[in-house]
Amino acid sequence: MQITSLRKSVLTASALAVGLTGATAALAEWKPNRPVELVVSAGPGGGSDIFTRVVQAALTKNKLVETPLIVVNKPGGSGSEAFNYAEDNVGSPYKVYFGTQDAYVLPLGTKVNYAMKDLTPVASMVFDVFILWSNPKASGINTAQEFVAKAKENPGKVRVAGAKAKDADETVVTLVERAAGIDLAYIPYKSGSEAAIQVAGGHIEANTNNPSESLEQWKAGNQKPLCVFTSARLTDKTVVADGMSWADIPTCVEAGIDVKDFVQPRTVWMAADVPPEAVAYYTDLMKKAMDTPEFKDYTTRNVQITKFMAGDELKAFLAEQTKNYEKIYADNNWLLPASQ
Amino acid sequence: MGNFGQLMDGFVVALTVHHVMIMVIGVLLGLVVGVLPGLGAPNGVSLLLPLTFTMDPIAAIILLTSMYWGALFGGSTTSILFNIPGEPSSVATTFDGHPMAKRGEAVRALTLAFGSAGFGAMVGVVVITLLSGWVANFALQFGSPEYFAVYFMAFASFIGMAGGSPFKTLVCIMLGLAVGTVGMDTISGEGRLTFGITQLTNGISFLIVVIGLFGIGELLLTIDEGYKFDGVKAKLSLRVILRTLAELPRYWVTLLRSALIGCWMGITPGGPTAASFMSYALGRRFSRRGKYFGKGEPEGIVAPETADHSAGSCALLPMLALGVPGSATAAVMMGGLMIWGLSPGPMLFTTRPDFVWGLIASMYLGNVIAVVLVLATVPIFAWILRAPFTVVGPLIAIVCLIGAYTVSNHMFDIWVALAFGLVGYVFKKLDYPLAPFVLAVVLGDKAEDAFRQSMLSSGGSLSVFFEGSLVATMMGIGILLLSLPLLQIIFAALFRRGDSTDAGQTSRP
Repeated sequence: MQITSLRKSVLTASALAVGLTGATAALAEWKPNRPVELVVSAGPGGGSDIFTRVVQAALTKNKLVETPLIVVNKPGGSGSEAFNYAEDNVGSPYKVYFGTQDAYVLPLGTKVNYAMKDLTPVASMVFDVFILWSNPKASGINTAQEFVAKAKENPGKVRVAGAKAKDADETVVTLVERAAGIDLAYIPYKSGSEAAIQVAGGHIEANTNNPSESLEQWKAGNQKPLCVFTSARLTDKTVVADGMSWADIPTCVEAGIDVKDFVQPRTVWMAADVPPEAVAYYTDLMKKAMDTPEFKDYTTRNVQITKFMAGDELKAFLAEQTKNYEKIYADNNWLLPASQ
Repeated sequence: MGNFGQLMDGFVVALTVHHVMIMVIGVLLGLVVGVLPGLGAPNGVSLLLPLTFTMDPIAAIILLTSMYWGALFGGSTTSILFNIPGEPSSVATTFDGHPMAKRGEAVRALTLAFGSAGFGAMVGVVVITLLSGWVANFALQFGSPEYFAVYFMAFASFIGMAGGSPFKTLVCIMLGLAVGTVGMDTISGEGRLTFGITQLTNGISFLIVVIGLFGIGELLLTIDEGYKFDGVKAKLSLRVILRTLAELPRYWVTLLRSALIGCWMGITPGGPTAASFMSYALGRRFSRRGKYFGKGEPEGIVAPETADHSAGSCALLPMLALGVPGSATAAVMMGGLMIWGLSPGPMLFTTRPDFVWGLIASMYLGNVIAVVLVLATVPIFAWILRAPFTVVGPLIAIVCLIGAYTVSNHMFDIWVALAFGLVGYVFKKLDYPLAPFVLAVVLGDKAEDAFRQSMLSSGGSLSVFFEGSLVATMMGIGILLLSLPLLQIIFAALFRRGDSTDAGQTSRP
């Protein structure tokens, strides 16, 4: 009896010891030992997809990871499919989720099958800016002032294209409507590039878009930037087209549309209940990815604002953002009845 | 003829030992991926994408496009052998390909499919070579009403299709539209027809519908009707392959018509899947042997395969020139382009001609290599059919279920596939056509989006579909196709009476 209990306690003690050393070792150097899925909350070819694949390329090319990284697209339900997937895979350190503000904005307006408690924030890496574009040839709109004037003359008739309904593009359009006191016709398309082509082809007057999605059409003379939704002008001074650089685009506030800082964070998440050492590992990994030449190329090409946030800073940012969006959604009457 | 000179420069780029090796590897990988349903070209290409990060962009795009060709060919293989379309665009190939294989002519069916696919792809590449400068501007003319008109034409060609009851066709289209509606709506951002089932908010994947309807449905039917698989009789000699290839030029009318439909649908946003369906429907209507379609008719294989591949090739052009991918695979490849530091768009042709023309030249070579390689695999695949049904049957079931699962790694999808298997069985038993149903699932959602976008931008006026010359012409052709059966009855009644007795004979099943 005594012997067995003694043996038992020895066993537990040794098990404890093994467990402890194992835990400290893991905290110091947790590393994935099998392929890691990078889950994208968007379809192939979209902004989030390219962001994820750039991270994948940067990490693989510079040998910052030893296991393969696999990009998985989960675009269903405006991207909620990806975060549902996180709910399905609680605690899995082999799945990292890439999104935008969608992770915390989606639950406000639509019935989704995850809650914010199902996600662990890892990092916010860059901000995509939004620009209001027009087709100067087909619509005759060359400046933001002309855009507002035309919308005032034809209430509800000036069409603005964007990606998806009740997403970033439609949000910024409603902000513009309220700030300038105008009424626009928002037309949702499946993706930002589809919307840009509609404007470039002269079928729609204007669109809101990330710079990269309309860049080529600007060079070709089919689109023109009217104003940028940031508090300060962009910094890139290399001339793009018509002798204009990104820095020459006025901010929307300068142009008389009082929408200050509407930017889109590129965020990285994990599922709930993942080991903290895994979160630390991926936070560090994302930071390393940002220092690679591939990632720097990407941010320059897409005219993004680079700002790495993690830990408490990220949590504070997310809380503030969620509050802002709650206000916008309440103003637009987009909130889910239950959460009102 | 500046294009020709640039193409020659392109060949200089593409015709190195290194690049040809890459093409062979790409095609082989594509074949493997295409044969497994659910894995499919888009997944295969995205799996391969990381490997290309360390390659130079030209070698990388050659690898990915070769894989794309291989996958397109591989998709037809399973369509013909097991009635499981490996790719959405090879659904129409099952209609005649599988009956022919069942009859013991698997080698002939595969050879016909690959031969006409190769022809279609070649026509597509020639069109790209000649029209590259013009296509970008043409594609820009497509607004939402034009998109809708393209889809309308595809639907119209099906309703106007000869054979079968128009009522049953209409019922199938309506049911297909309902299935396509499930999930999140683009225009309103609300979920539809989800019945509170969480997995349905993401919509029903087209591949799962197809795996169920065709793969599992056919399996149930085979069990029910007794096993009559004549695969054992299949001759595996090289002579059959050669004889079939020599037979191809006989179908030159079908080949040309299908290639044209394919190019048109590839350049416009219709895409390969719609192209193959439309081509099959029109083939059935205009062929002298149209009434035999669905029973293993050679033209029923040639028509969809040619259109599928010419559309697949042509669809790469809008992607390069506009940055709007025509298919899921093209979207993955476009993501690749951006990672390699190239931006698809109107300026790509002037900033990186070596890349664009190297790619086009590699499409010529890649397709030739693909046709040769896949013809070499024909005996291997036909040999599989010689196995008894007790072996092949379970194998098909396993492939179907794994395929359904791998689409998005959801167990729920397997149940959906099984449910659609039952639907497919019931449809076949009651003689409801599956093709219009599938077409409606594929295009219904896109057509609806385009229609509602047009309505939003016109303020609700239907006249938007007849205002521009382009959209009006397409709508006109669509309406003409729609009323074709009616017109034919009127003409038959007006002119020779002898025809009506003939028509009475053919309408008997």
